[in-house]
Amino acid sequence: MTQIELRGIHKYFGAVKVIKDLNLAIADNEFIVLLGQSGCGKTTTLRAVAGLETIDEGDILIDGQPVQHIKASDRDIAMVFQSFSLYPHMTVYENIAFPLRATRMSRNDVDRSVREIAGVLRITGMLGRKPSALSGGDMQRVAIGRALVRRPKAMLMDEPIGALDAKLREEMRAEIKRLHTKQGSTTIYVTHDQVEAMSLADRIVIMHEGILQQVGTPEEVYSRPANIFVAQFVGSPVMNMVDADVSETGGRASVQVGGEANGFEFPATLVNRLSDANAESGKLTLGVRPEGVLISREAREGFMPVKAHIIEPLGSHDIVDLRVGDQMIRARTKSGFVTGPGESVWARIDPAQAHFFNTATGSSLGIIL
Amino acid sequence: MAAVQTRSERALNRVAITAVLVITLIFLAPIYWITSTAFKPRNLATTIPPTVLFQPEISPFVKLFTKRSQLRTAPTPEEYSAAPWWERMVFDGGEKIVRSGRGEVQPSGYPSRFMNSLIVAITSTVLAVGMGTFTAYGFSRFKVKGEADLLFFILSTRMLPPVVVAIPMFLMYRAVGLNDTHWGLIILYTAFNLSFSVWLMKGFIDEIPKEYEEAALVDGYTRMQAFFKIVIPEAATGIAATAVFCFITAWNEYAFALIMTNRRAQTAPPFIPSQVGSGLPDWTVIAAGTFLFLLPVAIFTFLLRNHLLRGMSFGAIRK
Repeated sequence: MTQIELRGIHKYFGAVKVIKDLNLAIADNEFIVLLGQSGCGKTTTLRAVAGLETIDEGDILIDGQPVQHIKASDRDIAMVFQSFSLYPHMTVYENIAFPLRATRMSRNDVDRSVREIAGVLRITGMLGRKPSALSGGDMQRVAIGRALVRRPKAMLMDEPIGALDAKLREEMRAEIKRLHTKQGSTTIYVTHDQVEAMSLADRIVIMHEGILQQVGTPEEVYSRPANIFVAQFVGSPVMNMVDADVSETGGRASVQVGGEANGFEFPATLVNRLSDANAESGKLTLGVRPEGVLISREAREGFMPVKAHIIEPLGSHDIVDLRVGDQMIRARTKSGFVTGPGESVWARIDPAQAHFFNTATGSSLGIIL
Repeated sequence: MAAVQTRSERALNRVAITAVLVITLIFLAPIYWITSTAFKPRNLATTIPPTVLFQPEISPFVKLFTKRSQLRTAPTPEEYSAAPWWERMVFDGGEKIVRSGRGEVQPSGYPSRFMNSLIVAITSTVLAVGMGTFTAYGFSRFKVKGEADLLFFILSTRMLPPVVVAIPMFLMYRAVGLNDTHWGLIILYTAFNLSFSVWLMKGFIDEIPKEYEEAALVDGYTRMQAFFKIVIPEAATGIAATAVFCFITAWNEYAFALIMTNRRAQTAPPFIPSQVGSGLPDWTVIAAGTFLFLLPVAIFTFLLRNHLLRGMSFGAIRK
């Protein structure tokens, strides 16, 4: 049972504030992913929890106890580093046994624990080798083994698979998920890769320039992004963001984009919802993911004629750039649905997948149609 | 690397190999000279042109280790035949071995000077490398206020020729009674080598990723334990390289040893040439003393050669 709570954390590096008023409660057994670009403060947060970094303000609580004055070695937390950090002069066995040797565990118990965890990670055959003789994936298995072996209160992972190649990364991602399901321990995982975050996390914490942007399940941050930053950071290809004007014509709302006279059709309730949310005209940004842009080959009710500009065939699907006025909107279609650039098609925006943001502040207006 | 070499590449290669050979020979020549002289009979040591082919003998070493005096009268045939083989060599050279009243062979000053050299060089190397490693670790891992200035200050102690402080040092040593003591030389050599050791070790420790220690810290070890269990083994190469350089400096130091010591704590470097002055110089004995003096450094360097080679390329190659 381990809960971790961060209360009002502030951290400066010199005059630079790298963490600004961070509050976060992590439940027992939860897999939390800190997601953000490099320099957003996610690694600093992780290192502060580990005790490798001091904080300037706030409290870090583990199981309700403030730990900011407790040394790293006494926090009973394990950490996996991006560089693996296996001790090069020790064998795999000695590496995994190393944390246990710091305790008063008997030789037999150490041996049993090492072999047990090696079995779980399928590295029993490598125990006698030196880290330099291992592949990147195996090195990371050993590093994870070293972290798990003493059953720490919490597991911290700092871009643990960032240094691996794409195929191995996918494999290790599945492995980490399997281990967490099997071993179960409160885990904080840092990454800049949103795919990793989406696939691993119980909850994702998105940070930007030291400020927490949104906390939520992968589903929540994907379908209900709190602001433009989150909306564009999560999901690939990136969400379309265009300045929009909304007008009401004939019992329908029309959303004009890119100076185009025709607007995308929306239910009339949009107008009221926007005014309820205090949206000012001229300060409205429409966000829609490429899969929320629907395309038809022939004219249909509520669809607007547009021209295809660039087509990126990706095998399983195509990404098509559509020209709307002076703006581009990317749509996701079946492969080969649009045959070539310049082709005229009809497009509409799925109201259920449209997001509206305040252009000035970037925050979501919270309108779900 | 191209598997096929062009003709010009091959020619260039040959020139390079020849140059390396020539340079190696130039460097080895004095060592050959000393070694051959150490095994020559005295009358062949100073011939012009030098004698290259000769029957090697060990009389120089017998003379090196014993106290001798000039023979005033030749030994009687009984004396000569009663003497052991090594004593006859000394008789042949026109000298006799000095014996105590009870007939024990009196040793020369060389063995004790050699011992002094070992004591002083080893102790000062251990101290300089040990303290240097700790200091370097501190500079490498912690935010030290005025780090650059302090490091420069440490290095600046080597910016003047040490001999210029010889007289003040001598006076200070005399005042505190460190003259002609082992500790006197050990402190001096440690101080010499420390700045070098700090700088060299800092380079090596900077190369060790600090994640290793951080991993040890979260694994439940204190910083001190992490230092000894992780940093020291990882820095072994650097420690070996630094130790070799410090040992060579301390072992070969001449000027201060000459000024600060004369008897009890005198090391081999000032002692060996002092033998030149008494009577006609016996170059074979001096060569024998020098030859033996070369051995510890040669052995030490040979034992650590792998570390040393890795040490030289450390930092140049990204692992």
